[in-house]
Amino acid sequence: MILSIASGKGGTGKTTVAVNLALSLKDVQLLDCDVEEPNVHLLLKPKINEEKPVYVSTPRVNEEICDHCGKCAEFCEYNALFVSPQKVLIFPELCHSCGGCAIVCPKHAIIEEKRQIGTIKMGVAGSVELVYGELSVSEPMPGPVIKAVKTQIKGNKTVIIDSPPGTSCPVIESVYKSDYCVLVAEPTPFGLHDLKIMVEVLDKIKIPFGVVINRAGIGDKKLYEYCEDKETPILLEIPFQRRIAELYSQGIPFTLEMPEWKERFQLLLKEIERRVGK
Amino acid sequence: MKQIAVISGKGGTGKTTITASFAALAHDIVIVDCDVDAATLHLLLHPQIVETQEFRGSKLAALDEAKCVKCGLCRDSCRFEAINDVFEVDPVLCEGCGVCAVVCLMGAMSFNERISGYAFISKTMYGTMSHARLNPGEANSGKLVTLVRHNARQIAEKENRKLILIDGPPGIGCPVIASLSGVDVGLVVTEPTMSGIHDFKRALQLLNHFHVLPFVCINMYDINRKNAERIVKFCEKNGVEVAGKIPFDPLVTEAMVAGKTVVEYSPESEVSREIVKLWDRVFHN
Repeated sequence: MILSIASGKGGTGKTTVAVNLALSLKDVQLLDCDVEEPNVHLLLKPKINEEKPVYVSTPRVNEEICDHCGKCAEFCEYNALFVSPQKVLIFPELCHSCGGCAIVCPKHAIIEEKRQIGTIKMGVAGSVELVYGELSVSEPMPGPVIKAVKTQIKGNKTVIIDSPPGTSCPVIESVYKSDYCVLVAEPTPFGLHDLKIMVEVLDKIKIPFGVVINRAGIGDKKLYEYCEDKETPILLEIPFQRRIAELYSQGIPFTLEMPEWKERFQLLLKEIERRVGK
Repeated sequence: MKQIAVISGKGGTGKTTITASFAALAHDIVIVDCDVDAATLHLLLHPQIVETQEFRGSKLAALDEAKCVKCGLCRDSCRFEAINDVFEVDPVLCEGCGVCAVVCLMGAMSFNERISGYAFISKTMYGTMSHARLNPGEANSGKLVTLVRHNARQIAEKENRKLILIDGPPGIGCPVIASLSGVDVGLVVTEPTMSGIHDFKRALQLLNHFHVLPFVCINMYDINRKNAERIVKFCEKNGVEVAGKIPFDPLVTEAMVAGKTVVEYSPESEVSREIVKLWDRVFHN
């Protein structure tokens, strides 16, 4: 089963839920798809066994053949090429690697070359297998790095995906094709607002979901009312406790110090498996 | 005209709480919410929308089945695996590049712009606000950020405002980069957690890359004083000013529930006093 953890709003506890759930289970693979700001490894402190660069392809123009007709720039939806009478300028950060410029070039003056935009790392922490990606700073497009992380999925394990915050393309890329999505929300107006957008996203891509309420006790009751109204299951509540916040600040998953929580996370998975029918 | 952006790397460190308070403290400003896919600044500033623009961020392939001979060229040429074996286009995977239309020999594939969201210009108690809503799950948030910032600059010129205040999105990818072009000052809001430390360093690298003057604010600094000290040391070593340290206080959530900025909800609190000092430092740099 592939289970993704998402939230809309940042800082609601996605990584906390993903890591503590993974530590409570057997035979689990944890994928950190928040490649802009990966944090899972800070809590799990894995031994890294392997690293792989992530490449995208970007165009290179052979100026000796190019007659500056401008068809490539005209075609490119992302404004990654600019053709002046003397020279073709390429903006690799804007390129989506669709390959279209090379196809439309009448002179066949464009070839594609590899460009590294990030790295994926594979490691182990106890019984948890971890894969995470890192987008290089100043690179704008996390998508290909997320894809590279997801190529490492092992079908015979329980796979947990920690998604980035937000509700746009990197989140879709991360949660796409999951069997179930856990939405981690805090019971505040910001938390509820962003949860609602995430619910729209998941309805659109048809992934079943439930809610884990983190920092229960702060804020107001509107999140609970919303869940009841929409018949969205509240799968687990993690109370706002200074101890949990302190452990997180030190980079310690709280189930390690508060082992009574392991069973609750195991029950969480059981409940999800029941809902998915696996 | 000066532009100040509040960013963080890690989400949920308090960007919007701080930006909203800045808006209440500042004068003569234009306010911008660049977190277009999970915008929340409006929950505190209560903008009245005066103008709505459609945002056409990307295109989507559409197949004319009458013309299609099922040769498979489109499917094989699509790098995004957006066309399946029965030649259906997956709107989630399609990035609107146009390759399928170019390779199709029958002219069966067409491209249509899709409305991916809306940009708004609004009135608030604190000044004009430029903001947006990306439709859930859409791509191209960076383009929408660019539109929202373009609108803000036009408003600033028209109203003769001296300052544009930007609430940035989390992360360091495309919408954050789009939030930073041409910005003078970047305030990184972090928290004294291992994740906060890791993420704010990457945010600082990004500011450095784009030559934006950095400031750092440690929010909820007292939840782990040791880590807060590590952040201060790191900043000292790298010549970055820690312009503010804000304590943890449930008042911040109370203010949010009340739909108010902290500095208005509880002006005498230590949190508010620290935000006032922080604003003074960042504004008068």
